[in-house]
Amino acid sequence: MKLDAKIPKGSLGEKWDNHKFNLKLVNPANKRKFDIIVIGTGLAGASAADSLAELGYNVKVFCFQDSARRAHSIAAQGGINAAKNYQNDGDSVYRLFYDTIKGGDYRAREANVYRLAQLSSNIIDQCVAQGVPFTREYGGLLDNRSFGGAQVSRTFYAKGQTGQQLLLGTYGALCRQIELGKISYNPYHEILEYVLIDGHAKGVVTRNLLTGEIKSHAAHAVIIASGGYSNVFYLSTNAMGSNATAAWRAYKKGAYFANPCFTQIHPTCIPQAGEAQSKLTLMSESLRNDGRVWAPKSKENAEKLRKEELKPKDIPEDDRDYFLERKYPAFGNLVPRDIASRAVKEVCDEGRGIAATGLGVYLDFSDAISRLGTVAIEGRYGNLFQMYEKISGEDPYKTPMKIYPAVHYTMGGLWVDYNLMTTVPGLYALGEANFSDHGANRLGASALMQGLADGYFVIPYTIGDYLAGLGFNKVDINNPAFAEAEKNVKDKIEKLISAKGQRTPDEIHRELGKIMWEKVGMSRNEAGLKEAVEEIRRLKESFWKDIKVIGEKDNINETLEKAGRVIDFIELAEIMAIDALERPESCGCHFRLESQTEEGEAKRNDNDFTYVSAFSYEGEENEPKMHKEELKFEFVELTQRSYK
Amino acid sequence: MKVTLNIWRQKNVSSKGRFETYEVDNIDEHISFLEMLDMLNERLLKNDQEPISFSHDCREGICGACGLFINGRAHGPMRGVTTCQLHMRMFNDNDVITIEPWRAKAFPVIKDLTVDRTALDKIMQGGGYVSVNTGGVPDANSVIIPKLIADEAFNSAVCIGCGACVATCKNASASLFTAAKVSQLALLPQGYPERKYRARNMIDVMDGLGFGNCSNTYACEVDCPKEISVLNIARMNREYLKSIFVSLYS
Ligand SMILES: Cc1cc2nc3c(=O)[nH]c(=O)nc-3n(C[C@H](O)[C@H](O)[C@H](O)COP(=O)(O)OP(=O)(O)OC[C@H]3O[C@@H](n4cnc5c(N)ncnc54)[C@H](O)[C@@H]3O)c2cc1C
Ligand code: FES
Repeated sequence: MKLDAKIPKGSLGEKWDNHKFNLKLVNPANKRKFDIIVIGTGLAGASAADSLAELGYNVKVFCFQDSARRAHSIAAQGGINAAKNYQNDGDSVYRLFYDTIKGGDYRAREANVYRLAQLSSNIIDQCVAQGVPFTREYGGLLDNRSFGGAQVSRTFYAKGQTGQQLLLGTYGALCRQIELGKISYNPYHEILEYVLIDGHAKGVVTRNLLTGEIKSHAAHAVIIASGGYSNVFYLSTNAMGSNATAAWRAYKKGAYFANPCFTQIHPTCIPQAGEAQSKLTLMSESLRNDGRVWAPKSKENAEKLRKEELKPKDIPEDDRDYFLERKYPAFGNLVPRDIASRAVKEVCDEGRGIAATGLGVYLDFSDAISRLGTVAIEGRYGNLFQMYEKISGEDPYKTPMKIYPAVHYTMGGLWVDYNLMTTVPGLYALGEANFSDHGANRLGASALMQGLADGYFVIPYTIGDYLAGLGFNKVDINNPAFAEAEKNVKDKIEKLISAKGQRTPDEIHRELGKIMWEKVGMSRNEAGLKEAVEEIRRLKESFWKDIKVIGEKDNINETLEKAGRVIDFIELAEIMAIDALERPESCGCHFRLESQTEEGEAKRNDNDFTYVSAFSYEGEENEPKMHKEELKFEFVELTQRSYK
Repeated sequence: MKVTLNIWRQKNVSSKGRFETYEVDNIDEHISFLEMLDMLNERLLKNDQEPISFSHDCREGICGACGLFINGRAHGPMRGVTTCQLHMRMFNDNDVITIEPWRAKAFPVIKDLTVDRTALDKIMQGGGYVSVNTGGVPDANSVIIPKLIADEAFNSAVCIGCGACVATCKNASASLFTAAKVSQLALLPQGYPERKYRARNMIDVMDGLGFGNCSNTYACEVDCPKEISVLNIARMNREYLKSIFVSLYS
């Protein structure tokens, strides 16, 4: 299939306006004749559900948690970007667009990114109207800060809980529509299958996680807003339940999966403590505004620090290497995430890492504390410092934080066109679940922006264009396609529950995580990737023989849920490794050792790789097929990123 | 380190539960409390015993999914933390630890340590929002809110909806939970237009769901992992009285 992104004609500034005018509309009185399913209640799903219900559509939402308010968006800390230029520091829609497309290392679509920048302002207005308590200045206006990789202050925030406050805003709107009867609300439900009729998405099959009931739901369109797939790596900053299942099952029904190898590793997370570690905790990027990253210059000192024979304060200034400031004098500690993460890894690979495992460097606030005072630092980062102390048992006011990179975000996801429709008609993907706007690297504070732009301001327009072309007939739940999908789900559950293996889902998941982190992680090379593909395939083969699940299928059964998600992670991991292998250039977060400049920086190859890779499922027996969507740059010039 | 755990096991909503005792050893003091339970669950599964069901997700104190009653305290012995933020270094070697689910009429136990908290969603549906549709709203900076007011509203808005306040209250009241939202919206100008009805509507829903009344013991504030102040309850009560007044005279 030829991938058509449906980018509208015209100048950058006109594209979205022209497109909105050309989209077909559904008459207000007819909207209630259409049913829409929304999978997920994070920022993307909840904002889409509210907005569509407000327009008059009948919406059915699902999430696997016990409440919509627990979607993983709740955990976002740092902030959300918008081109408001409230600070009078030269920001504009064009600058936000430019920073984002450059930050993504020129592997995103110009038209999508420009639209995102255009809509950014409306998001802040909407959230404020809902009563989201953003942090304010003394004069009563909204405060802003600058965030990694940006030279203007355009990030809006609610202390260290921006995601929570934004999500509760849109959750409130969701509650209102539930109360008004326009949204049917289904927490504790997991989507396990999609139903296609004549090639169009017409419904889903769910498992009720409390009762085990398998049930079909019919609709005129289905929206996937199920978040990212960082948990392929086992350890990541995502919540324990975050999974790829909803997106992966869509892939197996014909939706293409784009840029699977583009995964972001965030530089400042709390290092792993031991084997029992179940997840990693992010320390917001905003900390790099005042914290200085360093490691000891000598391996000997590093060794002593690891054994706790020395304390960080015993290392004199001259023996410290502030390596980000040294390597990137222009941006210093504020270089984008991919660059910072690799620099940390390099230092640790040289044997200069600290923390018990040697996988860590310092993030030191002592300069900022002596310059600004403890009170000011507490005002800025109080809750983050507290969180760090709770987890590590160390007080960052007194001793530097220890940090190490961790998997954090997935730029890849379901391929969508400009309307956010996947390659399956009537099936849409929003938020982190799609691939659309961040190219090969996402800048801080832009995921919240994208999720809400997709849900509040894009899908309400574009979905109408599709629905307007359908008739008003209800989708027939008695169509055999539903029964068949239900049967597939039941068979798979039966197979899992009757498996007689000896390995727990976590054991297998941890093994997958190790393969991915070592070979498809921060830096990748051909030999390693080939090994990874082989190892993942072996794991996939042995899964059904090895897996152990007990308990009942008609009751809460976390082991069963986990096992189903782990096999999907394994399958997805395979195309991540293949994608990484087939892109021998370095770009953004995807660093191929074979493709670096003399100074060891990522080297893009724009002649050969200025495309989006999109994989299609070709059946269990066949290899997935890769398709290319060429990226055309009409407005910006592709340059090598430099943060020196 | 090594600990002995007395854990509440219950097959489903309708069955009777009981305590069972487990020992976990070889615990690194730096792992979290829930990671210690993960270790136990791995072991149970390996031995063909059903793992213990407990709710959790973010494991960093923000989603509100976790919530265990540990040695008689909601979220355990430390102030200002959720269950997932407890680490084993906060316990001693050879401790005996009792772990129960939240207990409240409005939160039925559905399995082991997992309870059904959908009642909290229902309270929110009763009015925990500002009725604005997407689009057509004014510029964000056209509404000026003094920093102190905005910060106070934020302090109420940090509720994570875990239900610890209900679990720890002898009346199983959801007053602190409800009051946090009522307060946030009563403080902010965006909440004004619906102020007259919000408190009453939300309290009516709360009462109808089987939550008890507040008798001012303030246990909720002590066990709230976000340390939300009981002053919010006082504010909610004022809002409630005002709304009764309005309905009498209009
Ligand atoms: C710790 C952390 C901090 C972050 N900080 C920032 C920040 O400061 N700024 C920023 O811009 N971005 C930040 N991000 C990224 C950002 O938070 C996420 O990319 C974004 O919130 C994702 O939103 P979403 O709506 O796409 O998905 P999510 O919020 O993950 O929601 C997914 C939803 O899908 C549901 N779901 C998933 N699978 C299924 C299934 N099979 N069946 C039914 N339902 C399902 C879930 O229940 C949930 O409701 C951060 C991310 C993390 C992990
Ligand atoms: S698991 Fe999210 S608050 Fe504890």
